[in-house]
Amino acid sequence: MTEIHNGNGGLNGKGLALVPRSEAKQTLKDFKSDQEVRWCPGCGDYAILAAVQSFLPELGLKRENIVFVSGIGCSSRFPYYLNTYGIHSIHGRAPAIATGLAASRPDLSVWVITGDGDSLSIGGNHLIHALRRNVNLNILLFNNRIYGLTKGQYSPTSEVGKITKSTPMGSLDKPFNPISLALGSEASFVARTIDSDRKHLQGVLREATAHRGASLVEIYQNCNIFNDNAFEALKDPATRDDITVKLEHGQPIVFGTGDNEKAVRLSPTGGVEVVRRADIADSEILIHDAHNPDPSVAFALSRLDDPAFEHVPIGIFRSVDRPAYDQLLNEQVDTAIAAKGPGSLAGLLHSGDTWQIN
Amino acid sequence: MTKQVQQLDRVIIRFAGDSGDGMQLTGDRFTAETAQFGNDLSTLPNFPAEIRAPAGTLPGVSSFQLHFADHDILTPGDAPNVLVAMNPAALKANLSDLPRGADIIANTDEFTKRNLTKVGYDGNPLEDDSLAEWRLHAVPLTSLTVKALEGFDVSKKDAERAKNMFALGLLSWLYNRPTEGTLAFLEAKFAKKPEIAKANIAAFQAGWNYGETTESFSVSYEVKPARLKAGVYRNISGNLALAYGLVAASVQAKLPLFLGSYPITPASDILHELSRHKRFGVRTFQAEDEIAGVGAALGASFGGSLGVTTTSGPGVALKAETVGLAVATELPLVIVDVQRAGPSTGMPTKTEQTDLLMAMFGRNGESPVPVLAPATPADCFHMAVEAARIALKYRTPVMLLSDGYLANGSEPWRIPEVDELPDISVEFATEPNGEDGTTYLPFQRDPDTLARPWAVPGTAGLEHRIGGIEKADGSGNISYDPDNHDRMVHLRQAKIDGIDVPDLAVDDPDGDARVLVLGWGSTYGSIAAGVRRARAAGHKVAQAHLRHLNPLPANTGEVLRAYDKVLLPEINLGQLAMLLRARFLVDVISYNRVRGLPFKAEELAGVISDVIGDVIESD
Repeated sequence: MTEIHNGNGGLNGKGLALVPRSEAKQTLKDFKSDQEVRWCPGCGDYAILAAVQSFLPELGLKRENIVFVSGIGCSSRFPYYLNTYGIHSIHGRAPAIATGLAASRPDLSVWVITGDGDSLSIGGNHLIHALRRNVNLNILLFNNRIYGLTKGQYSPTSEVGKITKSTPMGSLDKPFNPISLALGSEASFVARTIDSDRKHLQGVLREATAHRGASLVEIYQNCNIFNDNAFEALKDPATRDDITVKLEHGQPIVFGTGDNEKAVRLSPTGGVEVVRRADIADSEILIHDAHNPDPSVAFALSRLDDPAFEHVPIGIFRSVDRPAYDQLLNEQVDTAIAAKGPGSLAGLLHSGDTWQIN
Repeated sequence: MTKQVQQLDRVIIRFAGDSGDGMQLTGDRFTAETAQFGNDLSTLPNFPAEIRAPAGTLPGVSSFQLHFADHDILTPGDAPNVLVAMNPAALKANLSDLPRGADIIANTDEFTKRNLTKVGYDGNPLEDDSLAEWRLHAVPLTSLTVKALEGFDVSKKDAERAKNMFALGLLSWLYNRPTEGTLAFLEAKFAKKPEIAKANIAAFQAGWNYGETTESFSVSYEVKPARLKAGVYRNISGNLALAYGLVAASVQAKLPLFLGSYPITPASDILHELSRHKRFGVRTFQAEDEIAGVGAALGASFGGSLGVTTTSGPGVALKAETVGLAVATELPLVIVDVQRAGPSTGMPTKTEQTDLLMAMFGRNGESPVPVLAPATPADCFHMAVEAARIALKYRTPVMLLSDGYLANGSEPWRIPEVDELPDISVEFATEPNGEDGTTYLPFQRDPDTLARPWAVPGTAGLEHRIGGIEKADGSGNISYDPDNHDRMVHLRQAKIDGIDVPDLAVDDPDGDARVLVLGWGSTYGSIAAGVRRARAAGHKVAQAHLRHLNPLPANTGEVLRAYDKVLLPEINLGQLAMLLRARFLVDVISYNRVRGLPFKAEELAGVISDVIGDVIESD
């Protein structure tokens, strides 16, 4: 598997070691299902679907050992369009369902497709627990900062004051920062990417699949019907380079162009801060370390996006090696069998005090 | 002096004390001794939900009732012959259940002014004449225990705590129980604290010797072993039997067991037990909530495991949407509901049969689910296997309704031979089933069972997507076609209606009874005992008991219509009665009491004779 994880993030590189590989060469076509894709024209989901379909052949896995599990929402129709195994489940519960599948089947590549409402509102509990358990899942969180399928209510990632059908005077609640939430949930792999940047998106997927354990990939995804241009600042050539902070493991964190070139350094308050590059020495520039066991700096980096879109880090925030849940679960089974041999049903039923009646 | 030994055919003992007095342990040990001796028995633990309610109060009273006999018995007994009261609260809380003439063994050390006042006694009932109608044995259990443990290297507190073993020793003498099991148990339990082990054993022996020497007990009693069907027996509680049944189902299905569960009273013991059996490939997953528990189980089922979730009523309410998804995706899943008193939190440690309609209908849409209910603690084993059989064969979620009484109650169980158990294995789909020879149709049904094929991930060529959205008959593709939906609604119902269920057996010794007593679930023992009493009093009455509630046995209507009156006792407000009336238009007579406790045999015998009286009168 070394050919696919020599990137900036994948530390453990064991992500797919237990998944059987296909002998035949695969193409994008192999992963397209016969179902008509039914998202709105112009939806960011198309770009993500195309990126995933063209990425999967690269993994070279047996198609039948790949499962996509989704919840409810626009993004959750995703599994229907891939010619793999799939479950389109119920609202918010995909991480729970996928946990049972991944924990009992280490030979599968299990993906969770979810949205900001699905994973951060109704399913918030399952997301944080799947992350802390380090279940062997690739979780793709399509964040469009709005409810699409229910036609345009604000979501847990919508900005405060969002005017929507359910909040005519503006939304009141502070949004989640999904990266901060994932890091706070003890996630071992946390990344962010953008629907429109296929190269970056596929690079992140490459690292996420190489990671054994839970990987959370937030994908900024444009809903052109209910929240169009939510991420325009990251796409517009006039602004994008000055606000996009590309995180690359081992590299100094610098961004912006020309006179606007900026750098990130540790701040005296314990976080990180953005300064003009020209104002500091190279030695002060923070070198991104995605493998740092301490998540504090990764968390601080995730806060650069608050207030939103002043600076937006993308890439892999954190990628550390920690045993995956299924591995630990199966080790306990193996240990129990090694200690006393496989279970005997007759032995179990006769355990404890018994007596004979003739 | 050798004391007199008197023969009895059956005895009911109730141990009662503070939550911290170890009454459940004492009861368990006495039960184990009794089982070892070969009596038939039935137990009823009854304890508060609070782990340590305020000491010495009425809400803090914990009790354990044991009925044992030289013949087969059906219930833990209506009224105790002996009450062991460890404190005034235990006496006060239980005295009303005690018939005149019964024995009371009271721990005098705890009958202090303070403890008496705490539960509203003005005077000391052990010293005034208020207990004159009972046979009172006033025994300073605590101080005798402390005295017996002088010279042992244990604290005063530990010495006092051993008083339950003194009481157990005394009762073991009184009923001539074998003691080896308890001695071995204490040594094992306190293996890491040998001084405590020695002290408890000494307290136990001191209690035994006290019985033998004191004048307060002039006779001891003997209850001969019962004549039960030949075989190897063990004592088993419903939760343990259910856990073993799930392991057996996994073995007999040749599928790994995956349990997704969230702790909840009174079901948690099943999770605890299954977590100990990893040697069988059992994977237990303590989820973040009830929904995740059933979700993970369903995900494991999709992957080819036997997916199971265990819970109580509040958990079933939370799991409803996922059960609906299992109905829609037609995947095997077993949902165990150990029912408890509701609504809401209700009384978590008390029993009830109030989840039947929720199990039947508590989901959105037309969402039929098979429902089963074990009749006795040991029957939980067989019904767990049966639930898995139906789930796997028909690819459906199955509700298994145990309850708090079955869960914690116990009875002797003739251990089945493994080769007596049914083979419940099923075959996964491995080949395309479409007419073109290459397509896989996940919703193309078996014409006999209407079950869909089960293709698990890892099977090449059968990649498919399933979900909660309505599916086209056959292909399983998303479909909003009106006629397709109508067909799928009917197909899902027909599949459940067509499940193979054994006929309802009727016990009618002379074949000429005019009244049928019908029951379901844990009321079996109480009803059967009530029927015995009614018959002993000269009444003719038939009895039948439903273990399959959906679908009902095919002959149910015929059985109901064969009697002038059908009496249906339920620990709810008539849930099965509502279903039977609706389905069969039979004027079922309900008898409902919802006290968090099983029915008493005497109570039901009275109700039966009233109904028979009405039938005769109307002739």
